[in-house]
Amino acid sequence: MIPKASKTFVDFAGLLRAYGFAVSPDQTIGFIEAVGLLGPRSMEDIRASALAMFAIAKDREDEFDALFRTFFYGQTLAPPVEGDEEDDVEAHEPGMETLDVPVEEDEDDPGDTASGAEILSQRAFAREDEALVSLKDFGRRAERMLPRRTSYRFLSSNKGRRLNMRQVLKAASRTDGDAILLPMLDRKQKQRKILLLVDVSGSMRDQSEGYLRFAHALAQSAQSFECFTLGTRLTRITASLKPKDRDQALSRVTAAVADFDGGTRIGDALSAYLNVPRFAGYARGALVLILSDGLERGDPTQMIDAVARFSRMAWRLHWLSPLAGDDDFAPQTEALSAVLPKLDSLSGARTIEAVCHHVLNVARAA
Amino acid sequence: MAVRGTIAGIDSPAALREALIGAQYLADDGLATAAYLALALGKPLLLEGAPGVGKTEAAKAIGSILARSVIRLQCYEGIDAAGALYEWNYPRQMLAIRQAGDDYVNIYADDFLLERPLLGVIKSPADNVLLIDEIDRADQEFEALLLEFLSDFQISIPETGTVKATQRPVVVLTSNRTRDLHEALRRRCVYHWIDYPDAMLEAEIVMARASSVARQTADAVVAAVGQLRGEPLVKPPGVAETVEWAEAATLLHSQGNPWPEAFKRSFGVALKDQDDLAYIAPRLDAVIGGVAA
Repeated sequence: MIPKASKTFVDFAGLLRAYGFAVSPDQTIGFIEAVGLLGPRSMEDIRASALAMFAIAKDREDEFDALFRTFFYGQTLAPPVEGDEEDDVEAHEPGMETLDVPVEEDEDDPGDTASGAEILSQRAFAREDEALVSLKDFGRRAERMLPRRTSYRFLSSNKGRRLNMRQVLKAASRTDGDAILLPMLDRKQKQRKILLLVDVSGSMRDQSEGYLRFAHALAQSAQSFECFTLGTRLTRITASLKPKDRDQALSRVTAAVADFDGGTRIGDALSAYLNVPRFAGYARGALVLILSDGLERGDPTQMIDAVARFSRMAWRLHWLSPLAGDDDFAPQTEALSAVLPKLDSLSGARTIEAVCHHVLNVARAA
Repeated sequence: MAVRGTIAGIDSPAALREALIGAQYLADDGLATAAYLALALGKPLLLEGAPGVGKTEAAKAIGSILARSVIRLQCYEGIDAAGALYEWNYPRQMLAIRQAGDDYVNIYADDFLLERPLLGVIKSPADNVLLIDEIDRADQEFEALLLEFLSDFQISIPETGTVKATQRPVVVLTSNRTRDLHEALRRRCVYHWIDYPDAMLEAEIVMARASSVARQTADAVVAAVGQLRGEPLVKPPGVAETVEWAEAATLLHSQGNPWPEAFKRSFGVALKDQDDLAYIAPRLDAVIGGVAA
């Protein structure tokens, strides 16, 4: 039975939880204790306790404040921002017909069935052999050159630079304290997780096939790898890329991805990714590669926020754009130039060769 | 563990704030409240904020008002248990074995244990404040290790058993937010985001920290720094930079440089990034001129 005085605060914790704040029961207990400790002499005390005890992140403080006012002052909350009606911004891509994509309120749920509002197109992959050489070469060198990190664990190793003192002592106690054997330790090296996000929207039509071939090569050689496609929705294609045979894998990708050559809503897709905790967790400490031209049709602020979150979670965040081939390239869209400071690099990706080269050299540059 | 309303004579955020002023640390209300709650509830205090806003200083000030020494654990990528928890003093153990000859010797006695910061705090929680600095630099594995430490305040040593703190130690964690911390870690802490102080407070901080600086100089530097923070810089100047700039300008002035000149010459103390300097250089006069006049 909750005492009456505490019920309000417990309810407030529930409200926060309902709005997507991660609130645990012991945080709620801490919050009630904190309010008691401070008096509370004013509403500001309650707000301060909530901010501190629920560990509200700085960038969600506004959202929190709105909920706080609603709950404790009875103000009405502005209705959740509706997605904009079809905006008239056209993805300007020279030499390409404009794809009229109705923007609908979709959940961007991976594995969603196709909805009528989207332009769904599936695509047959041509069997091209141009880039094969560089992909083969990539596969050979990936094991050695993909970025690694030092693991927390030590391993027995002859080449190690650190004495395995525990073992030395054990061996020495058998020989009257004379250290005769000197077992060594070395830090285990682990390949970094790699997250690849491939834009498959209409403006990327010329590149997406090559990029997916690259994704397949990476899936085959990386130890820990996840791949998603971005378009009007987010689709996980890691499993589809599993088969060793490239054509088989690509046809499975084709079947899985419903929004080839559709509109570009990178911000939505990236947010959708980050809103699934198990996906978002994967980006932590990973090398995140975004293959996209950055021509955002949706609201740029969403894309900017999402990229900022990615950059804080990822080990490195690299954006590879087919438009960024030249040295004098400057991002033209508002969204891409705004995210530029958050990126570890923005590089050209006109050919598969360039992509392979870039990814293999991430570790060297780092 | 029971809630303590009063710690070292501090029974409210306002009292803590006063005490911090005594330790030459000027805190705003939010920080004083969060720090008081952390002390009262026996929870770790997690401070996030841009570099140079005084997170580490806050921990030191808390240590000084509680009359405890601050044990600092600086985090870095690859930090491990041997650096954070404890390590056996293997050379001493070897020597002990050899010296003992045929006698029995317990080589896992406390004498042979090298305390690292976390174990040190657990052994004497009443005398120390633990500062886990820049936790965002450490690996996730280390964060996981901290989870156990921060919730139970105990460390298991396989050879001897578990060491448990007799009372909850005071722990301050800081993060520059170069990456998001794990929710599980945040949940165990009392959280506060330290912002840049407002102009009044910052001028007072400058006066408190740099005794040689005149009030006018402090105001001018704070105003200029405020302008700089509005610019899209790679590394906006922190509070530490403000203090240093004020000190440097005062020093140059005392050596005979006129005011605007002293400000300009010591500018490198405030901005420490080549791109930032190049970006601001053409408008340096405007930034400084307005306030130095």
